[in-house]
Amino acid sequence: MYVAVKGGERAIDNAHAWLAEERRGDREVSELSVAQIREQLALAVNRVMAEGSMYDPDLAALAIKQSRGDLIEAIFLIRAYRTTLPRFGYSEPVDTGAMACDRRISATFKDAPGGQVLGPTFDYTHRLLDFALAAEGLEPPEAVMAEPLPPEVPHVTEFLDREGLIQVEEVPEDDTPRDLTREPLELPAGRPLRLQALTRGDEGFVLGMAYSTQRGYGRNHPFVGELRIGTVPVEVDLPELGFAVEVGEVVLTECETVNQFVGSKTEPAQFTRGYGLVFGQTERKAISMALVDRALRWEELGEDNVGAPAQDEEFVLYHSDNIQATGFLEHIKLPHYVDFQSELELIRKLRREAGTSSSAVTGVLAREAAE
Amino acid sequence: MDGQDQAYNFAYLDEQTKRMIRRAILKGLAVPGYQVPFASREMPMPYGWGTGGVQVSAAVMVPEDRFKVIDQGADDTTNAVSIRKFFEKTAGVAVTERTGEATVIQTRHRIPEEELGEGQVLVYQVPIPEPLRFLEPSEVETRKMHALEEYGLMHVKLYEDIARHGAISTAYAYPVKVEGRYVMDPSPIPKFDNPKMEMAAVQLFGAGREQRIYALPPYTKVVSLDFEDHPFDPSKADHPCDLCGAEDSYLDEVIVDDAGGRMFVCSDTDYCGTRQANGHRGALAAEDAA
Repeated sequence: MYVAVKGGERAIDNAHAWLAEERRGDREVSELSVAQIREQLALAVNRVMAEGSMYDPDLAALAIKQSRGDLIEAIFLIRAYRTTLPRFGYSEPVDTGAMACDRRISATFKDAPGGQVLGPTFDYTHRLLDFALAAEGLEPPEAVMAEPLPPEVPHVTEFLDREGLIQVEEVPEDDTPRDLTREPLELPAGRPLRLQALTRGDEGFVLGMAYSTQRGYGRNHPFVGELRIGTVPVEVDLPELGFAVEVGEVVLTECETVNQFVGSKTEPAQFTRGYGLVFGQTERKAISMALVDRALRWEELGEDNVGAPAQDEEFVLYHSDNIQATGFLEHIKLPHYVDFQSELELIRKLRREAGTSSSAVTGVLAREAAE
Repeated sequence: MDGQDQAYNFAYLDEQTKRMIRRAILKGLAVPGYQVPFASREMPMPYGWGTGGVQVSAAVMVPEDRFKVIDQGADDTTNAVSIRKFFEKTAGVAVTERTGEATVIQTRHRIPEEELGEGQVLVYQVPIPEPLRFLEPSEVETRKMHALEEYGLMHVKLYEDIARHGAISTAYAYPVKVEGRYVMDPSPIPKFDNPKMEMAAVQLFGAGREQRIYALPPYTKVVSLDFEDHPFDPSKADHPCDLCGAEDSYLDEVIVDDAGGRMFVCSDTDYCGTRQANGHRGALAAEDAA
């Protein structure tokens, strides 16, 4: 045939072979190991685990290697693998109060029980390229070891809670929240589903939404009440035993924002909350999530909907998933010549009937979204 | 079954998931044209590549099936090849390019030219299942509109097209009304294919990313929306196929030289090939050496 995109079988095989070759790169350079990625590109691994909704640093590192460092592609590999796994059950809710914290800061109190712990952060580094890193084989200076934090570090918001200054978080009764990955999304989604969508949502999208609230599109005056990063045990209740047993541990980033609130028809003046909880050390994402969570709570707090994108549950939830977004975006490179042909016929017909190269018809196709 | 990769369940999806999808399909068949939400899974191909169709095919497929995949009417387009290989690997089913021999046909953007019969299943890949989506972006609102059978907005759109351009300016994904009730998106098939939707085969529509399945049982009434004084017009290129001479098939326009010379060929490769094998010749058939 005449059309290059037809006769695809051999083309596909050859493309895959070329891809594998490109992935390996220059063979003079030694191959990257999965362990190296896991250990030395840990923040990329964390993002892939968070947005892939699967906690497995080794598989996330493998996905990064396979995807040549394209993190959305890596997230996709993890998601596609995740759906094939049998679902044995659900864990008990993790207790972040019992987190073994590597980092724990509050922007609202100068000090709090448990103290401020900076941990391994970029926050106060000067962003100067470190050319010494380009020379391999240099050992980093040894970090000073401190006493570990006490096993229970109270949440900063608990102090506001005791004074009744912050909105009381309704603890849902026994209701197990719906699972976004096992049921179709139906609206209104409710907060548990919103939080599920945000924690696996695209970091860039959630960041952009959060940033828009800071610049005035649904502004909600956030303070980071507390940001903590550390390890928590995961427990699963085994019916045969009648009690929960620890099956492993995960690193989590938790962010609680304290937001100004002047009160509404239904609520007295008080502080309100936004919440972010994300796999791994992923604090940009966790803070963003907390801001967007807070913006989406306008209805429950009796606030006005000012029409800001971050207040629109349907808009945020339907567009936060980067695997859905990238798939639909990129599919427009698949052949569309049947549809295009039908548009060609139509345009020719309309122009013929208009008897001229009328500009009236040029607007028509602009409205027909590509499918 | 010989060729099936034993690392996966038959047709990739686990049985529980298939059951969930089959329930959605049965509901869709019971309420033709209604969009049934289903818990679409992440598939090993991207959203937009036919994940909805693949899940529906996986759910209806049995080992005895003979499977055909077309994209733009052709069996050998890259994505059709990829999906066919996927089921050869995970289900080990027989495959075919012959429309008449296939029991399950998965399609993107076309309905085969050859009339389908009872016992065949046509599975469509659907990008945006909601026919009202580009008139009303909110899913909450459009579901309400369907529930109330409130389709005025669509008729106003079609009317405005005629008022402004003298014709309805939708060339593909042309909306239809099913059994006098639901307005339905036929997926982005050219409107030329719309009249074929009243057929003897079962038609199933899968939208993976949008988590919707809908269906048409055999012989369901499917009417393309129009007005009495502006009847529906299933147009195609005013040309016979340059390879097989067919006057009744949907044609692709192919640019053949730098001067903008072009030829018209059937988009349905099986239809065109079969006709040529039966001795039909188009105007440029003799030159077909590429």
